Amino acid sequence: MSTTTHQPQKSEISFTVNGQRATVHAHPMERLLDVLRQQVNLTGVKEGCGEGECGSCSILMNGVLVNSCLVPILQANDADIITIEGLASQDRLHVLQQAFLDCGGAQCGICTPGMILAAFHLLSKNPQPSREEIGEALSGNLCRCTGYTQIFESVAEAARRSTGR
Amino acid sequence: MRSNPADYELLAPATLKSILSILADEPGSWRPIAGGTDLMVQYAAGNLAARKLVSIWGLRELRHIDVLPDEVRIGAGSTYTDLRANAIIESEFPLLSTAASWTGGIANQNRGTIGGNIVNASPAADSLPALLVYEAELILVSVRGERRVPYVTFHTGYRQTRLAPDELVLAVCMRRRYSEYQAYARKVGPRNAQAISKVCIAALSRLAGGVVDDIRIAMGSVAPIPLRLKETETTIRGHRVDPALVSMAQQRAAAEIQPIDDIRSTARYRRAVAGNLVGEFLNRLGSGNAR
Repeated sequence: MSTTTHQPQKSEISFTVNGQRATVHAHPMERLLDVLRQQVNLTGVKEGCGEGECGSCSILMNGVLVNSCLVPILQANDADIITIEGLASQDRLHVLQQAFLDCGGAQCGICTPGMILAAFHLLSKNPQPSREEIGEALSGNLCRCTGYTQIFESVAEAARRSTGR
Repeated sequence: MRSNPADYELLAPATLKSILSILADEPGSWRPIAGGTDLMVQYAAGNLAARKLVSIWGLRELRHIDVLPDEVRIGAGSTYTDLRANAIIESEFPLLSTAASWTGGIANQNRGTIGGNIVNASPAADSLPALLVYEAELILVSVRGERRVPYVTFHTGYRQTRLAPDELVLAVCMRRRYSEYQAYARKVGPRNAQAISKVCIAALSRLAGGVVDDIRIAMGSVAPIPLRLKETETTIRGHRVDPALVSMAQQRAAAEIQPIDDIRSTARYRRAVAGNLVGEFLNRLGSGNAR
């Protein structure tokens, strides 16, 4: 039950997600994670820990990797957001998605969207990362299945394919 | 239990001036929120007592790093990523750059801010010992104007600070005078990313003629506040680094800190590690290679 003396109004909040304009009505402290999943129906954004430790809810906001569980929706007003659903083009997987499939980088799949977006963020700044740089870039993304080796190999493979090496 | 978003207000004024007016009109009622890496965690757990929040994220007046002739002025809204990307901070204030790289993972470094770390006032914060050894000053701002306070005086007790209810941290200033110092930083914890330190250290020293001419040592997670180890420094300053000095300094450091048993470690372990870190720093200093 609410203990406040008045109910704050929902606000109209607009942003671009995967190239399309979205307008939602939400309380300003609603989490971007919940709005993306429940109002925009982008369920590729996963909730793991809900406290910024696991990276499952990673998205790109204005080109920068963030944990969407820690973003109040009001701070996403006018933002440009990319989720896992925005990486593939029509029926063609993104090079990272294909590499994760080919190298066994995904098992249960909960961490995978966040892993791929963290890797996407890395490769956008550093197209040929070292193994150590891949490890650091993914250090905020936890996986309880793979042991990470296949994930690191997937990212390295995607980098090789993208740069033609 | 998860919080109900309908119980919370959040405003996002476009200017610093409007934010300061809101803070001044109802002092103590509004809680500033930047990247949310602390407050949104409390919110998710149903532990965020403040019901009225004002967003300072992305505010132009807070997010810049100015390199002046004799000091670097870091806007309080600068993120860890901003700190790591700045070439002057990397070369002249490497302890801060290194601590920024330990903080959270990349996503949290993209949202966590230096001002947030200071005001959150955790004794375990990784970047705060660096600010102590560089003898940073804070610029605090309110509708009443600006004031500069030495950072070392800012934390007055566990999670207590000198920030007035209507004030924001505007910037962190560090003098550009450490080019001749050797720097040493180490985090002791389960892993660098996404793990809070059991003990972390930032230290600086300058040798002259084989003698320790100046030394600054600060640690996190060893006291109710980020701690500068003044007594240990006094033990070392003016002496040559030899095994007797190292041993004396280690004992002094272990006595000077006030560690506790908690979920991450024990007081006994922290005392041992604190002594070992001081020893490692001094031994590297003796060999001319603190980093």
